[in-house]
Order: sequence, then structure tokens, then C-alpha cells
Amino acid sequence: MKNQGTTNRPDNTAFDQQRLPAWQPVLSAGIVIPGFLLVGLAFIGIGVALFVTSRSIQVLENDYTGTGSSVHCSECVNPKTTPCTCQLNFSLSALFQGPVFLYYGLSNYFQNVRGYGSLRRPSSSCAPYQYDQNTTIAPCGSVANSMFNDTFTLYQLVNATRKTVPLDGKGIAWWTDYNIKFRNPPEVDGSLAAAFNGTVKPVNWPKPVYDLDPTNPANNGFLNQDFLVWMRTAALPDFWKLYRRITEGEYASGLPAGNYTLEIQYNYPVANFAGRKSVIFSNTSWMGGKNQFLGIAYLVTGSLCVVMSAVMLIVYAKFNSPDEDF
Amino acid sequence: MDSVMSFFGLDCTKKKEKEEERHLRANDRELNLSYKYATNAIKTSKYNLFTFLPLNLFEQFQRIANAYFLFLLILQVIPAISSLSWFTTVVPLVLVLLVTAVKDASDDFNRRKTDRQVNNRRVSVLVSGELRSEKWMDVQVGDIIKLENNKFVAADLLLLSSSEPLNLVYIETAELDGETNLKVKQALTVTGEMGDCIEKLAAFNGEVHCEPPNNRLDKFTGTLTFRDQKYALDNERILLRGCTLRNTEWCFGLVIFAGPETKLMQNCGKTTFKRTSIDHLMNVLVLFIFGFLAFMCTVLAIGNGIWEFQEGSVFTAFLPRPDGVDASFSAFLTFWSYVIILNTVVPISLYVSVEIIRLGNSFYIDWDRKMYYPRSDTPAEARTTTLNEELGQIKYVFSDKTGTLTQNIMTFNKCSISGKSYGDVFNFAGQRLEITEKTEKVDFSYNPLADPKFSFHDHSLVEAVKLEAPEVHNFFRLLALCHTVMAEEKEEGNLLYQAQSPDEGALVTAARNFGFVFRSRTPETITIVEMGVQKSYELLAILDFNNVRKRMSVIVQSPEGKLSLYCKGADTIVYERLHPSCSKLMDVTTEHLNEFAGEGLRTLVLAHKNLDEDYFREWSTRHHMASTTLEDREERLDELYEEIEKDLLLLGATAIEDKLQDGVPQTIEQLSKANIKIWVLTGDKQETAENIGYSCNMLREEMTDVFIISADTPQEVHEELRNARKKMKPESEDEPTIIQRGILDKKSKMLPDETVDGEYGLVINGHSLAYALDKSLEQELLRTACMCKTVICCRVTPLQKAQVVELVKKYKQAVTLAIGDGANDVSMIKAAHIGVGISGQEGMQAVLSSDFSFAQFRYLQRLLLVHGRWSYLRMCKFLRYFFYKNFTFTFVHFWYAFFCGFSAQTVYDEWFITVYNLVYTALPVLGMSLFDQDVNDRWSVQFPQLYSPGQLNKYFSKTAFFKCVLHSCYSSLVLFFIPYAAMYDTVRDDGRDIADYQSFALLAQTCLLITVCVQLGLDTSYWTAVNQFFLWGSLAVYFAITFTMYSNGMYLIFTASFPFIGTARNSLNQPNVWLTILLTSILCVLPVVAYRFLLIQLCPTINDKVRFKVRQAKVALPPPSFRTRLRRRSSRRSGYAFSHAQGYGDLVTSGKYLQRGAISRGRGFSSSIQQRSGALQEMPQMYRAVKDASQ
Repeated sequence: MKNQGTTNRPDNTAFDQQRLPAWQPVLSAGIVIPGFLLVGLAFIGIGVALFVTSRSIQVLENDYTGTGSSVHCSECVNPKTTPCTCQLNFSLSALFQGPVFLYYGLSNYFQNVRGYGSLRRPSSSCAPYQYDQNTTIAPCGSVANSMFNDTFTLYQLVNATRKTVPLDGKGIAWWTDYNIKFRNPPEVDGSLAAAFNGTVKPVNWPKPVYDLDPTNPANNGFLNQDFLVWMRTAALPDFWKLYRRITEGEYASGLPAGNYTLEIQYNYPVANFAGRKSVIFSNTSWMGGKNQFLGIAYLVTGSLCVVMSAVMLIVYAKFNSPDEDF
Repeated sequence: MDSVMSFFGLDCTKKKEKEEERHLRANDRELNLSYKYATNAIKTSKYNLFTFLPLNLFEQFQRIANAYFLFLLILQVIPAISSLSWFTTVVPLVLVLLVTAVKDASDDFNRRKTDRQVNNRRVSVLVSGELRSEKWMDVQVGDIIKLENNKFVAADLLLLSSSEPLNLVYIETAELDGETNLKVKQALTVTGEMGDCIEKLAAFNGEVHCEPPNNRLDKFTGTLTFRDQKYALDNERILLRGCTLRNTEWCFGLVIFAGPETKLMQNCGKTTFKRTSIDHLMNVLVLFIFGFLAFMCTVLAIGNGIWEFQEGSVFTAFLPRPDGVDASFSAFLTFWSYVIILNTVVPISLYVSVEIIRLGNSFYIDWDRKMYYPRSDTPAEARTTTLNEELGQIKYVFSDKTGTLTQNIMTFNKCSISGKSYGDVFNFAGQRLEITEKTEKVDFSYNPLADPKFSFHDHSLVEAVKLEAPEVHNFFRLLALCHTVMAEEKEEGNLLYQAQSPDEGALVTAARNFGFVFRSRTPETITIVEMGVQKSYELLAILDFNNVRKRMSVIVQSPEGKLSLYCKGADTIVYERLHPSCSKLMDVTTEHLNEFAGEGLRTLVLAHKNLDEDYFREWSTRHHMASTTLEDREERLDELYEEIEKDLLLLGATAIEDKLQDGVPQTIEQLSKANIKIWVLTGDKQETAENIGYSCNMLREEMTDVFIISADTPQEVHEELRNARKKMKPESEDEPTIIQRGILDKKSKMLPDETVDGEYGLVINGHSLAYALDKSLEQELLRTACMCKTVICCRVTPLQKAQVVELVKKYKQAVTLAIGDGANDVSMIKAAHIGVGISGQEGMQAVLSSDFSFAQFRYLQRLLLVHGRWSYLRMCKFLRYFFYKNFTFTFVHFWYAFFCGFSAQTVYDEWFITVYNLVYTALPVLGMSLFDQDVNDRWSVQFPQLYSPGQLNKYFSKTAFFKCVLHSCYSSLVLFFIPYAAMYDTVRDDGRDIADYQSFALLAQTCLLITVCVQLGLDTSYWTAVNQFFLWGSLAVYFAITFTMYSNGMYLIFTASFPFIGTARNSLNQPNVWLTILLTSILCVLPVVAYRFLLIQLCPTINDKVRFKVRQAKVALPPPSFRTRLRRRSSRRSGYAFSHAQGYGDLVTSGKYLQRGAISRGRGFSSSIQQRSGALQEMPQMYRAVKDASQ
């Protein structure tokens, strides 16, 4: 208890008196210069590793828009020619290291426009694709409506015969999307189609959602892998989306050298908004897909740090006089 | 000053239709009620239970920030525009409104409590023929109330009658004007005759016609009509609310103005809402930011228009437009959508955080033990919690003298009696000892009438008294006789002196303790007890003090019949009138005087002479003749005084210490080292002020010159000011160069600082100041004054104090602080940017209107150099960092706009946007702004130079703000384009998607958060455990919340609210994501480190230097090296009775008033002789008969 007469005396605690013990670092030469050097060296190391890794990743990209510089599939540009199938031939001089992933790429395609749809709130912003003549659209919204619907079939040309390369469409979507985020309505009498009774297909779709993959009944409805991949909208106007994986049979270790033909069912119109379509074969490494930028950025940053540390050392040696009298 | 004046006047006149004349009749409630005058209840609180919510909300939404957020909220509920959910704005807004409302409510509750306390004070009211104790609030205009001694006057009263002779009452007006001397008011004879006869008073039905309520304290005009007679009423008859009745048993008064209409309340005004310069800067910046926001939105809206025209129109196959929306309308909508998204440049949390930081730093002031004064058990108090950082920017300090620099205690410290100096204590080796609390005091117990509070340390003086050395006895006899003190002896032996100046009191008390006790006085006699023997001296004449004479004499006749003249006065004056035989003694005494003056003591020389009876009779006749002539009376009297005050015999000298508060000179020295200019504004006389100036070390002998401005006409004042300026800086131009401030500023003029070589002081007195403060001269005054190191204004009125402060505020872009203790300082305390009240003394008026209060002047040093500096530093760091983090946050949206078709798509998750400011980054920055210190308090005090960056607005200014913006621009570019490039067309290591919108959002927000955290770490220079906890905690909380919000569970429960399901899991397990985060944060931060390091190396600031020193001297801090005692000054500043006023009860401020007062009392005196001579015994004015007659 406090004494009488000093009842107003403030408490003598380190907190009240602002005497809390503290670490007071200063930007001194002894820390900053070696720090820069170390960071620089470490970054150069990481940069080299990234750069080398990135270079080792193989990417084969072919634009098949059919307009402009792209020569492939020009016959399909006219939207009236439906269905239109075109072929894309390429040859590999060496083994394309597996597992190989097949992507389709779109550019100048704004999946990230606000109002494009279910970016943030899947249920709330389906307009203008909520109803088709007062019947609920399933799946609703612009994104679903504009789902990419070109299909690809890959053949290896072995002795002038086309040998189908098996494409694996399972597990190309995120696990969470497949298992948590999207759910099919409960099947009615064991039929998915019945579950979607009372809804209509999106305007642009040729078939209803429960009929997306005729080859695999489990791959239908909202849980169709291609649908899930498409629904994971891209952040930027140029993007790749995983189409298939090549993991089976003799192609598990990659695509052997040889000639290949990619047969493309050209359905998706991009020409009218100057978009581009491409198809990409790529493999990956620990750092993901091919990306030269990161490695180079690390190398540049690292070198700059080293240079900066030298500059600072010179400045420090020349001007070190903060202890002069004042 | 205009603002203050209009401020006072405005409020009362606006409400009702203007009252032309007040009319009331005593004891006639019915009639008086019909006029609907205000009752005596006061109300300073704003709300009641029902009006609180609407009123408070209304007030809060008047703040531009809150209104802005309300506007945003409205935008957000429009679906076409809403780019963010409504909760991103509602949650913070409600929080802010709530916090402010709670604070307002508690403030108002306190006001209500004080109101109730005042309203419930009791006073005796005459109701239907009998006295009843009523509450103050129930008193009505026209009531007759009875006041008792030492009670507050309840309302503005017409004095009717009093217990004292001549219907006089004594009042203390400290609450009103800060003057502690007693003033006299006198009732009209016609009302005074009623005395305390209740019947007569109850029957009194006088009617009063008077001026309407106003705020002039020194003026009153009205008439009293009673029994068909008209009597003029002036200020002499009026007791104002706020005064205290003294030395008067009771009095009766008629209530003229009550409650809010009293002159006190009319003067109080509402407390001005003070804002700091940072607030003003922020307002400008916020305007700028709004402009910038509009600019960004316009750019983006145009971008959207173009995009919609070029891309969107052909993209309609996949993204159809809503009906009726074309490119231009879409651009219009986008503008508002981006207003919502980019509004985070001015987040609400900024205002909340600023308030919290200020509050926290105010608590530190309250908690500081080094600002706690144990003797009065007073801690420092931050009464306004919104001005802290301003404390770190003070350029001008305006200080009161009495009670602020000095303790207002005069002590009899030393004396010299016939060539021997007393008062010092020596040890056995003959060395002088410093007198401290522990030094043994002289025991006065042999004298039963001694004042126990008096202390003296030199025993030899007591010995000398006891040895009955005649000079020593004469010395003290003189002190006991030659003065104008009144004694009050309530019980035997318990004497109470009423002195008009503390100096006199100290001298008489000294004489009392040494055995010459002044006991009582009548107009003709003075009774003293000389060494235990009571003697009654006949008082034949008082030759009173005035400014020219600078001395005072009494002529007394001892019981033995010996006629003597006793004189005390300024050394130079008295020395001229000494008998030649004293020359030897004069030399010794002069030496002593020099010594005393060297210690800053006020000296006084005492002399006496014996008078020849015949000569005196003859002189007395001539004196009588002179005092009754009409022509040249004063000159003739002066001549007579000169004639008799000559050939005096020197007795010795006294030295009185006007006790400075502890540590005042050191504090002033420290503050001036910190480049703070201190102006002393005092109501005291020039000599006193100068003397204090010297003893506080503000004026110094080494100064090149000390100018004294004391002229009587504007021309002369102008001349003197200009001469002083020319002397300091001969090349300075007559026409001041005026810098126009920015267009946004209303007060556009500003005088630049002019530097001069050498140190100068300026002393200016009240009369000159009155002229100098005129519009035509104010710039001249300011230029001259600002060139001087020290400025002392003496004899200034409270109003002038405020005017001086306003003047500096007007022309200098500087922060001012006013410090004072009395009610006369209130105006200046309110006028200055920061008002500081000295608490613990009587009279809380100054404290009540102050922003900070503490008990001792010396704490100002700590308040400014430590708390102020830290607060400023913290606030600036906070603002810089806060703007940085929000601009960075926001600009990323801007860059992203170019890649999402300008569609007002957010980069981050909506939840992240909502809680970014509230949760993720709130605590670390608060931690920094509450705990940060560049160097600790001891170093802050050790190097007052550290204070100057604040005065120059170094840490947060428009430049600093633009640097912030540029820095944010850079960071946001890095934060957007590094992830952009790193994620461009890339995939996960298992080939799946990672460049999707949600992953990108997560990446961008993680990069941002880590970057701003690292940046915070860079800015923090004082890492307490709390800071560490907040920083790491925030990061941990970020990841925890992110993983939780993106978890299956949250999605399954609130499907619509958490669409980012799984993003964190799928994205944050990728090495390239982490490598991107690392690269981004390093790229954001390292350039800053390099820049700061190079800055320290190439052009270190004072701060860097001190911090470097601190690091070097980690172990040993050099002990503070003050000049321990500032002594030894060569010249003697002796002066007679520094705080001596011309006469008891006279108002010191204006000569005109003085004369009026004296005459009226003179009249009272003459009439009293005829009427009630019996009652005259106690009349205090009597002993001034000689002087009175002389006027």
C-alpha cells in the first residue's frame, strides 16, 4: 500500500516510466555492409539455382488461333465452319521429359474483370446468366457460360500410323475445388441428369452440365475436371490452363523423340476480341513451371546488393565521421 | 485577438433577442421573473440522456472524415458501383463512432458533475422576510443574498450593506483577473444603512436599471431608484461572481446578473478546440489525398472507358454488358467503384490510431514520476489528450512570473547591520556553507510571538539582538514600524499579517521573529512588542512610496517622546540622502549590497534620523498647508518630503529572496539550448521582472545589450523599438519582408526570422506594450522582439498577455506554449497552442483551462524535451509509416487495374482489405508509436539540440509526405510486378494452376504484409518485448486467420463469405511462391536500408550523432552538467520593494482607476469622521491619511 500523502504518486514500473528494456538496433556499418554482401551472395546462389532449373524445363508452345502470325488452324477461324477440326504437327528431336502436361493458353482474355462472375461470391453474382427464360441456368454465371470447349487429341506418328497418346484428365483441378468447393446436387434415382431437373444449360454450351464427359459418368456435373479448371479464374489476361496430363503407359517418362500430331476440335471463338489461343506442352520442376524471370531477378538483385555493399564500404571509409562534435 | 474577443462576445448575444437594458426590482420575484432572466444555474454540459445520440452523431458526422466514410458506405450499397462489400466500411466506421461517442459521453459526464457541484453550493437567500439556505442554482435575479467571509460570490451582486465600517467589503479577484491583492468595494450609503436588519432588507424595493449582460469586468453602469431617489451605480458597488469575500464578516447583495449572464461566465467562453499543427497539416494532406484519389479514379475511369470501347465491346460474347451500359457510363460507374477501392489511402483507422497514440502518450505524462511533485502530492496531468505531438514543436514559451518562475514566497534572507553582514552560515574552517533543507535553523522559541514558519540560519544575528546592540534594535524597530502592513490577531499571540506586498510581509515577519513584533495599528498609533515589552508609537506621518520616490518613511514618536523618522528605500535613492558621517559605513554596506545582489536578492537600504520636535511641528504645519492647497499639491509635498528625508543615518540593508522555484534557471538554460524562446509576461513591475530575468539566467551580464522600452506615446515606442532593432542589425530594412503562406492558409502573412549577432534582451512595459500591440506597430514589435534572445513584458494585463501570444501566432509559423498559474494567465493559456497550468497552488483557474498541468516549472523541461519530443517523433513516425503502408496497399490496386480491364477488381481478398488496417497492421504500428524512443530520456535532456527537428517540422511535413508517396509508389510497383512476372504463365510443381486470381491475391497480400512488417521493423528503433510480440503476433495472426478463412470448415459454414477455400494450402506450399515473397520484400526494403545508411554517413542529423554517441557510451552516461548554482553577477539590481504597490487595495493596472479609487475612499474617510468615528479603529485606510490627503 502507498503511504498517506503520496496517494497520487505514479507507479514506478518500467512500463509507466517508459523504461522497458529494449533492443535498439542501429544501421551501423558493421551490420549493413556485411548484411548486404551476405544477402547479395545468397541471392546470387538462389538465382543461379533458379535459372539453371528453369532452363532445364522444356516448353513447347504452339499458337493455333489461326489469325495473324499463327498459321495453324486458320481454316477454322470463320465461326460458321462448325464443327471444325484442325491439325497441328510437330516433331521432337529428343525425349520430352515427363511427366508432360498439356495446357491450353489464352491471351487478352479477361477472366479477371469484375462482374465477369463468380470471382468472389459464387452465388450472388450470376447475372446476366442467372435465368434463361425464367429457368435457372446451371451452372450459372458468365464464367461457366464462357467455358473453354476446344478439345485436343494427341497422336504420335509411328511408321506413318497414328498412335493415340493417352491423355489423363483426372486430378487436373485443385483437390479442394473437387472435394470441397464444388458439389453436385444429390442424385435422384441414381441419375445426375434428374438432379438437374428444372434447370437449363448455359446459353453457350452445346450440352448440359451433367453430360459434359460422355466417356466417364463420374466426371460430370459440377465436378467435371475441365469445368473446375475453368472456374478457377485467372489473375491476369494471359493465362495457361491445365488440359491433360501425359502420365500413362509408355509416355509416363515423357514424350519420346518423333513426330506428333495434335488434333484440335476448334470450337472456341477468340478472334473477335483479338484473343489468342495456344496449346502448350510443358514439364515442371521443384519450382513449378518454366519462369526465367525469377532466376534473373534474383541474380540481378544479388549482384546489385554486392555492388551496393562495395559502394557503402567506400562511403563509410571516406565519410565516417558521425562522432564529430556538435 | 479578434478571435478571442468575438469568441467571448458571440455566444451570449446570439441566443436571445438582444437585451437592451436590464430592469429589476429587489424582493419582487414576480416582476423579475417576467423578464425571463437567466437563473443562477450554469450548464456547461452539452448533452442529456435523450439528446446524446442524435446530437453526438450529428457532431461526429460534421467531421469531414466521418462524413466521407458515410458517403463511401452509401456508394457501397449501390450494386452497380459496389466493388467491395459494405462491411469493409461499416465495421471500422462503427468502431470509430463508438469510441468517440464513449469519450464524449464521459467528458460530458464530468462537466455535468462539476456543474452540479457548483450549482449545489449553498448560499443564504432572503426569501419572504427570512434568510434561507438555498442552492446556488435556485438564486434568482432580484434576490437579496447574504455572503459570509471567505465564501465565493454566487452571482453578480449589487452590494447593499456590509459588516465593515463605511459599508466596505474586501474581495479577492484572483479567479477573475489573477490579482491576489485585496480590493475594496463600497455600498451606497442609502443601502448600507440597512445593515443586517432583515426587516429593512426584506422591505427594500429598490429598482435597478442597468446595462445588459456583458463581459467587461471593469465596467458597470446603472441606476438604483429607491424612495424616489436615483443613485448612480458603477463598478465600485458590484461584486462579481467568482470573487471571494475576505476580511469581511458578512455582506448583503442584490442579484443583478445570474448564472450564464454573470460577467465571469460571459468571460469564460467555451474552451476553444485546439488542434495541433499536425492536425492542420493532415487536413491539407487529406485534401490533397482526396484530390489525388479523384485523379487516380479519373485516370482509371478513362482507362475503363477506353478498355470498354476497345476490348469490352468485342468481349461481350463472354462478358455481356448490363442493359443500358455503354463505355462512357461504365467509365462513370468505374470512377465511383475505384473511389471505394482506393479509399484506403485515408482509412478511418488513421484517425482512431492517432487518437489512441495521443491518449497513450498522455498517459505517460500522467504516469511520469519525474514530473510528480511529492510535496503537494501532485502528479503531472495531460488534461487535453489531443495535443501531445505539438509539445515536441514548441518554439516560443510564454511564461508568467509569479507563481510560475517564482514561488511567490519572499524570504528574509540576509541583512547587513552597521557594517556587519548576517545570514551566511560558515563552518569551523570559515568556509561558507550552502544552505540546504538540512542546515540547522535558528531557534526562535524564546519569542512566544514568533512565526513558526520563518526560518533563518545565521545564529550570530540572534546573538546580536540578545546583546541589545542599539543599531540592531533600531534596524528591527524600523522594520516593525515603517510599513503599511495590517495585523490581525484573532486569538492572543496568533498574528496574521495582511501585507500588500510579500516583500513587506517578509520584512515585518523577520522583525517579528527577532523580537520586534508588530502587533496592531490604529490610524494614529502603531503598537509593537519590543523584546517582550509592549510599546505604542504615535504615528505622525507616512511618507508613502511611489515610483519616483522609491522609498517610504514614517515619522513616529516613541512612548518616551522621542521623534524619529524611519526610512527604507532603494539604495541609490537612500544613499543620496545620507549624512556625510555615514560614508565609511556606506562603503561596507555597498559591498554587502553587491554581494546580496550578486545572489539575486532584492535589497533595501534602511536609514533613520531623529527629529527635532520644534522643527517637526513647523514642518507638520507646512505639510498640512501643502496638502490642502489646490495648486501643485504634489510637487509641494514632494519638496517637503525631500526636505525632511535628508541627513539620514544608515542602519543597514536587507536582502529578500524572491524564491525561484527549484531548477528554474537550469530549465530555462536547457530550453534555450533547445532553441526555444522564452518570453516572460508578468503583471509585475519592471524592476521585479528584470531582477527575475537576471536570477533566472534569462538576462545575463554578458548580453550585448538589454533594451528597455518604456515610452508613453506610440511615436516614442516606435522610435525605441526601431532603434533597438537598428542597433542589433543596422542593415535591417524598415519594411518587413512578409512571406505569403500557402493559398490554402487563411492567415497569409508571415514574418521570417531574422538572425542577429550577439545576444540581446528586451524589456517592455505595459504602457508601451499597449501601443506596440497596435496594428501599426505590431510588426515592428515582433521583429525587434524576435531578434532578442530574451523578452520580458512587465505590467501586462491578462488581455495583453493573450494579445502577445496571438501576435506571435499570427506572424510566426511557430508553435507557442503559455505557462502560468493564475487566473490572469487564463487568456494566454487559452490563446497559445498549448497552455500549461501550474497546479498545486491555490486558484485552479489556470489549471482548469490548461492543456497540461504540473506542479513545478522545472517539469516543463521534461514535458517538452522528453515527452514532447517523443510524442512528436512517434506521431511522425506513425504518420509516415501509416501513409506508407496504406498508399502501398492502395497503389497495387492501381497497377492491377491495367491488367483487369480497369474493372475495379481488387487485388486482394475482400477480407484482407477489411482487416488489413484493423488487425494485421494495427498493433505493430501502435506498438511503435507508443514505445519508440530514439534515445532515452536522459540523453534527450542531455542534448536539448535533439529538440530542434520538431520546431522545423522535419519529421513530418509536406516534403516528408511526398517522400512517403514516392516510396509507396516504388514499393507498390515492386509488390505488383514481381509477383506478376513470377506468376506469369507458370504452374505448380504438379502442373496445376497457380496463376489463378485467388492464388495471386494471396501472394500479393502476403508480400504486402511481410513487406510492411519489415518496413516497420526498420522504422522501429526501440524494440521492447511488446513490439516484438505485436510484430510477430500480427504475422502469426495473419497466417492463422488466412488459413482459417480459407479452410474447409469456414467454407462449409459460410459458403458465400469465404470463396477462397483452399487457396492458402495450394499456394503456400510452393517454393516459387515463397521465393517470390522473399524477393519482393527484400527488393522493397533493401533500397531503404541503403538510402538510410548512406544518409547517416553523408549527412548525419543531430539524431544520428547522438545515437552514435549513445552506442559508444553504452555504459556510462555523463552526468548532467548543469551550472550548479548560477551566481556572481557583477552589477547590483537593488530595488526598493519590487512588488510594492502604491497603496493598499489599489488597483495597480491603470492610473485612472487608481485615482478614482483613492478619491472615493478619501471621500468615504472624510464622511466617516463626521458619522462614525467610533468604528474607525479598524479601518485599514486610516494610516494612509497623509498620502490620501496628498491626493
